[in-house]
Amino acid sequence: MAQPLKNRALNGAFKWLFQWRGPERGTIVLVQRRVFILPTRQGLLYAAVILLMLTGSVNYDLSLGFILAFLLGAAGIQTMLHTFRNLAHLRISAGRVLPVFAGETAQFQLQIHNNTRADRFSIGVTGNQITADYIDVPAEGTVTAQVPVPALQRGWLRPGRITLFTRFPVGLFRAWSYAEPDVQCLVYPAPATPGLPLPAAVAGDGEGGMAGQGQDEFSGLRPYRPGDSPRHIAWKAVARDDTLLTKQFSGRADAELWLSWDALPPVFSVEQRLSHLTRWVLEADVRSMTYGLRLPGATLPLSSGPKHRADCLRALALHGAAADLA
Amino acid sequence: MAQRPISLNSRPIIPREAYGLAGGFLMASAAHLSRLPLWLGTLIAIIVFWRIYLARRSLLSPGKWLLGLLAFAAAAGILIEYRTLLGRDAGVALLVVMLALKVLETRTLRDGALLGFLGFFLLVTNFLFSQTIATALYMLCCAWLLIVVLIGMQFTGTWPGWRQPARRATLLLLQALPLMLVLFLLFPRIQGPLWGLPHDSHAGLSGLSDSMSPGSLNSLILSDAVAFRAEFRDRIPEARALYWRGPVLWDYDGRTWTAPRFVFNANELPVGEPSIEYTVTLEPHNKRWLFALEMPMQRPPLAIATRDMQLLSTTPVRSRMRYNMSSRLEAAYGADDSETVLKRALQLPDGYNPRTLQRARELRRKFNDDRQLVAAVLNDFRNENFVYTLSPPLLGEHAVDEFLFDTRRGFCEHYASAFTVLMRAAGIPARVVTGYQGGQVNPVSDYILIRQADAHAWTEIWVSGTGWIRVDPTAAVSPARVERGIASALPSSDALPMFVRGDFEFLQRMRLTWDSVTYTWNQWVLGYNPERQRQFLANIGFSDATWQKLAVLLFVFAGLAVLAGALFAFRDLRRGRSDAIRAAYDRFCRKLARRGLPRHPAEGPLVYARRAAQCRPEAALEIASITERYVALRYGDSATPQAVREFQHSVRRFAS
Repeated sequence: MAQPLKNRALNGAFKWLFQWRGPERGTIVLVQRRVFILPTRQGLLYAAVILLMLTGSVNYDLSLGFILAFLLGAAGIQTMLHTFRNLAHLRISAGRVLPVFAGETAQFQLQIHNNTRADRFSIGVTGNQITADYIDVPAEGTVTAQVPVPALQRGWLRPGRITLFTRFPVGLFRAWSYAEPDVQCLVYPAPATPGLPLPAAVAGDGEGGMAGQGQDEFSGLRPYRPGDSPRHIAWKAVARDDTLLTKQFSGRADAELWLSWDALPPVFSVEQRLSHLTRWVLEADVRSMTYGLRLPGATLPLSSGPKHRADCLRALALHGAAADLA
Repeated sequence: MAQRPISLNSRPIIPREAYGLAGGFLMASAAHLSRLPLWLGTLIAIIVFWRIYLARRSLLSPGKWLLGLLAFAAAAGILIEYRTLLGRDAGVALLVVMLALKVLETRTLRDGALLGFLGFFLLVTNFLFSQTIATALYMLCCAWLLIVVLIGMQFTGTWPGWRQPARRATLLLLQALPLMLVLFLLFPRIQGPLWGLPHDSHAGLSGLSDSMSPGSLNSLILSDAVAFRAEFRDRIPEARALYWRGPVLWDYDGRTWTAPRFVFNANELPVGEPSIEYTVTLEPHNKRWLFALEMPMQRPPLAIATRDMQLLSTTPVRSRMRYNMSSRLEAAYGADDSETVLKRALQLPDGYNPRTLQRARELRRKFNDDRQLVAAVLNDFRNENFVYTLSPPLLGEHAVDEFLFDTRRGFCEHYASAFTVLMRAAGIPARVVTGYQGGQVNPVSDYILIRQADAHAWTEIWVSGTGWIRVDPTAAVSPARVERGIASALPSSDALPMFVRGDFEFLQRMRLTWDSVTYTWNQWVLGYNPERQRQFLANIGFSDATWQKLAVLLFVFAGLAVLAGALFAFRDLRRGRSDAIRAAYDRFCRKLARRGLPRHPAEGPLVYARRAAQCRPEAALEIASITERYVALRYGDSATPQAVREFQHSVRRFAS
């Protein structure tokens, strides 16, 4: 019982000290109160060398030794101000973030704006404390920093607390600041591999059933979109132009394909069902079919195109999180 | 931009940084290199250029084995060369070569930073050899360069060129100045040494020694090194009264005069008026003598006065030392010296200088009175064709005989020696006193500069009832020597250090100005010791500063200095130009809003201006002009400081 209490107290202390305040909307300004600074290991080494110089100067009565040691010591203290200043007053706002499939990495974009007259150098931006994106922000300039966050499961993904840090100019001190922008990335369910074959399409307007396996009828190329099956990538075109293109196949445009929750084997779990439905949506989109999606509690009508694809994937991503569907 | 590790400490250093580190190291060790043996200097240069070559070719540093072998070989070489690895010279040689190997070994950013820090330490070791103004400036440049290199390693983005880190380093040092000054003045000073100094740490100091043989003063006289400086409280006495007393030499072996190993402490020093008060700043000379005008009336702190009126420090003078003195110019002493003492002042070696002894006996027969006898000898020196020169002929076994009767050419040591022997032979107790005579008055800041070239030797004789009195036989031969200094006493063909002679008046003047700068430097920078710190604190009103008070004082002033630096550092964190433009435009909108024309949240500046102009046709032109300027400044690239100021001005003028 005592342990969690202690942890909570410690957490509270950190919360107060480092001003953790949860996600913030709009532009986050790294005011001076939000910037923290501590000497680095190199800073301590530097201090040790200066102490050594001082002791030597006392012993050998070297007045100039005193002066040099004091000058370097004072310069070291000034670097603290420089390091602090290098980070303070930056303004951070979150940029657009593209949806990803679970298992991929979401690239959060932070716009870092410097509205002062001082150039900022060598600022690291990290979300995971392992790797960082290093940027320079010129005076009155804006630079975008990337914060990759692995998307482990479908739904909304937040970048969490992002750390901005710098050791510039000499590396004796490290200043850092926390920012948690109110931004989220939509994570689609991971498409099942291999997926089940698409269900049979029903011919519209009573023209009779027709299997929608239109894989043979190649109809053209379109730019690659995340989630497209590697089988459909036009590898020859990649070799030629270095751009990823996806082969499109014309199915029966008038065929009505219903991708239905209930069409899947009952032994599948919820996530497995979502995963297979995702694969179906991608397959149907690649074949330019007209398809609709039936989920418990939601039905997306027959349609096609990128917008429809995104709507379907979104519905799948947020399945079960009813409040967020709106 | 690709993701990189959160700590870049182990990233490899790139060629640019390797060049910077190698260059910084070479500059920091340049002064040492000139003092090292040739083989070692060459080895170090090869190692450093090897590193540069490796960086150019993007090759890896040699492996640990090769580095270890090199380090071992260099240490062995130093051991053979210096016969030790300790001590000042060997220690510095070892440090320089190890740092050179570190330059070679440097692979990562972490290594680079460590090397930079050790470079700072290397700078301090230079001060073991020289602490002149020039050295100080040079080391400042080196420190600056090392900081530039350290800053240069911290850029993670596009390299902005060396100018950027150079400016940053300059700024850092300038900001550090106030705090440095506070620390220098107020940081509690401890009198060193904390541990034993290496035996060779004071090699190469020149000055008078405790013996005098023919030619020994000569080398001193050819040196224009500074012996000490003296600042008088009132006026400076005449040059011919300036006898700075040093070692007193009693014993003569036919060739060399030596000071006795043991001397008794003086019972008392001369007292009374008038006294001359002055302060001596003595350069280190690694001997115990403290110089003072004859006759000293007080002991400097931690010094003793001997019975023959030498002032001796308790330890050899190894750092510049400053003491207050007072003297009485005409003071005889020692009238009550004992028989034993006087007997020692009559000793002469057997079998030397027979002609001199003969001459002394003749004089003794002629003059019963000691003073008359002395006058007669001095008269002889004056009238008998004696010449004062720094290049006398070499003398043989009976040196005094040959000098007095044959060559008759010599300088102070010859005259003092011959005269003293003559006196002893005539039964008058006499001894040789060495020291300095005269000095150069520095008109720039009113002190006397005494160089080694002013070294001098004279005689003291003991007169019954009076005590010891000074007789300077050189003055009889060459009055100019004691009245106007050594330069005027010598024929111009004699070699003398250039600046001792006064031929080049302009140069002489420059030299004196420079010396007075050096003097101030010595007084206030190099000579700032615990004693001076106490004086300084007393001057600013903290006469009995305990260390607690000192600590408070230090923290208060250091805090102020850091604050000053902080204000300076944060001055460019004021909002940039675009914000100033925005602020002025907001002000313009507020002015209109007060007249009932608030800007709608979604309304663009141009639309707003059109609406405002319709409602207030009388200000339409002005509104249009301000808006036009605003749009141009904010969305165009015409935002020069001048344009921004004009825009702000027009907003201010705008009457709502």
